[in-house]
Amino acid sequence: MRITIDEDKCCGAGQCVLAAPEVFDQRDEDGVVVLLDAEPPAEQHAAVTEAAQICPAAAIALA
Amino acid sequence: MTEAPAAPAPALTTRRAPGCPFDPPPVTQELREQAPVTRVSLWNGSTAWLVTRHEEQVALLRDPRISADSRHSGYPTVSASFEATRAHNRTFITMDEPEHNAQRRRFTGDFTIKRMQALRPRIERIITDLLDAMEQAGPPADLVTDFALPLPSLVICELLGVPYEDHDFFQRCSAVMIDTRSAPEAALAASQELLDYLEKLVEFKAEQPGDDLLSRLAEQYLLTGESTVDECAKQARLLLIAGHETTANMIALGTCALLQHPDQLAAVRDGSPQRVAGAVEELLRYLTITHMGRRRVAVADIEVGGQLIRAGEAVICANDLANRDPEVFADPDRLDVDRAARAHLAFGSGPHQCLGQNLARIELQLAYPALLRRFPGLRLDRPLEELPFRTDMAVYGLHELPLSW
Repeated sequence: MRITIDEDKCCGAGQCVLAAPEVFDQRDEDGVVVLLDAEPPAEQHAAVTEAAQICPAAAIALA
Repeated sequence: MTEAPAAPAPALTTRRAPGCPFDPPPVTQELREQAPVTRVSLWNGSTAWLVTRHEEQVALLRDPRISADSRHSGYPTVSASFEATRAHNRTFITMDEPEHNAQRRRFTGDFTIKRMQALRPRIERIITDLLDAMEQAGPPADLVTDFALPLPSLVICELLGVPYEDHDFFQRCSAVMIDTRSAPEAALAASQELLDYLEKLVEFKAEQPGDDLLSRLAEQYLLTGESTVDECAKQARLLLIAGHETTANMIALGTCALLQHPDQLAAVRDGSPQRVAGAVEELLRYLTITHMGRRRVAVADIEVGGQLIRAGEAVICANDLANRDPEVFADPDRLDVDRAARAHLAFGSGPHQCLGQNLARIELQLAYPALLRRFPGLRLDRPLEELPFRTDMAVYGLHELPLSW
């Protein structure tokens, strides 16, 4: 799994951090997503998939 | 592709079935059975496309061909009072990209998960104080007045830097503004009164800044000339209203729902923080207090759910129906605090999804268990069917929740 994020789209809702806190964080100044691990281990895949699905702005792409 | 039916479209309503105050109105539930996208008529005789299922709502709310700008002539307002105030109330929630996100990002840093987590001890303190006062006064109590409304009001006041002693004033203005039955003149007057108050407050913050959001807003945007005082005050008003009306109603309505489901109540009262966090998502899903739907207008032709929505036509995403969609939530009409409910649309979806959602989450995660642990014998003081539910308010919930213990 490889994660790419679109910072411009991100609306800072924080849903990804709730779903997969080991993979996503938020920038302090504006809440925009920070990718902690672009190629997370298998045990994170379900949480990352959920994060991508519930991201309101569709700012997380998985390949 | 289906053509618009010749028969008159059914009237969109927030009226629920007697004895079913937690379930979506029977009229819209029936429409969901018929089609994912279906015509409804609105209060002013205009029509809108009601989007009834989860999948199509998420697709549309994320679609750049959908506009949240209430200045469009086709925009579906909820009532004459909202129609009258829409131009007066322009903030980022009724803007489109790229203006929307540029404005929203002035505040996203104030509502990150980390910032909200840091508020936890302060919120716990407020909760303890309110529950102490309730306990000392003894039963009966109105949960709305004594706990549900003061808690988020105190929190948002501290965060923004609004003096809490003015709460009677701003709660009264807010109540008139979000009541769909308000006369347009009354809604406009309340809206202006609150705006005047916040303009003065923002100007005061510019002169004597404190450690709060409005001071930062004044320093960063008013004093730099980037925004007018009117724009700052409108944003402040949005945050103030959204910050207390919504959580207050979730606390009261959620408590009421849990009292009808003692096994679920016990899980929230005795559950681990993780289980309680899941329960809050489920209560958000089950209750969907944002019951007027997410309102938009198409700015290009969009085909969705087998229906062509034409540019200029009104769209209402019924998020209460999406949250009961059996394709996403098995046995959707059952309150089950242990289900995976995080895909709910109670906070909306798309770039406009609730800015303050992580503040609401923490307030609710702390409020329900603290209340239920303090008063293990909590019970309704009046039969469910006699409670004053907020059918005509933009935010659903209870006007009053009389309880004893």
